[in-house]
Amino acid sequence: MIDLAIVLVLVIIGYIFGQRAERRHFESIIDREEQYKSLLCFSERFPPTQSPPPDVALVAGNVVISIDYFKRIVAGLRMLFGGRVTAYESLLERARREALLRMKEDAMEKGAHSVFNVKLETASITKGRGRQVGAVEVYAYGTALIEKTGS
Amino acid sequence: MIITNIEIIPGKKVTQHLGMVQGNTVRAKHAGRDFMAGLKNIFGGELKGYTELLQEARDEAVGRMVAQAEAIGANAVLNVRFSTSSVTAGAAELFAYGTAVVLE
Repeated sequence: MIDLAIVLVLVIIGYIFGQRAERRHFESIIDREEQYKSLLCFSERFPPTQSPPPDVALVAGNVVISIDYFKRIVAGLRMLFGGRVTAYESLLERARREALLRMKEDAMEKGAHSVFNVKLETASITKGRGRQVGAVEVYAYGTALIEKTGS
Repeated sequence: MIITNIEIIPGKKVTQHLGMVQGNTVRAKHAGRDFMAGLKNIFGGELKGYTELLQEARDEAVGRMVAQAEAIGANAVLNVRFSTSSVTAGAAELFAYGTAVVLE
């Protein structure tokens, strides 16, 4: 009985804080995406030839995001019936967009105007207890083209 | 040392290929960070400790790769790739590899 009460409290806490954190995170993502709109990102492997040739640098961004308790329970229930697990979908979307934004931030700091060959890598960070996905890491990296100054 | 994940360097010619270079590191999370992560698992949100840990580890893997490239006389590493694998429950391996070349 006490166990059940603890789980219920955790679910409620997870729901309240998780939803709030997610909403704020999405707001900040949309904000920053607008800010970095001028920086172009491509998954193209070869940059177009231009003269003078630009400098290149590896830029990267990573983020680890954890799921909240409510979503974990919801996802657990979903496993019984099958179908779309929206709880994890939004988690991964947040993580990918955040990682890309951090990569863009890095590129902007280096004075780049575009990023080529952007790759995304996802790794799940599993906790010892159970084999559920507790947190997910996304790493975004690419080659920034930096126009030479003063030439 | 130029590091990129594309196969060419704009405006430069590769004069010599020196083969593959690699760097890796295996990191474990420490108990304090793990405890905080456990709490975060209830509330949701970013695990800053882990983000930093993994970034540091990747920097080290790249550093080792660069050291190896320098040792064989390269001045650039092209087509760099990253890969992550979990060795056991508590530790992750971060691996960086690329082609060492000499640019003109």
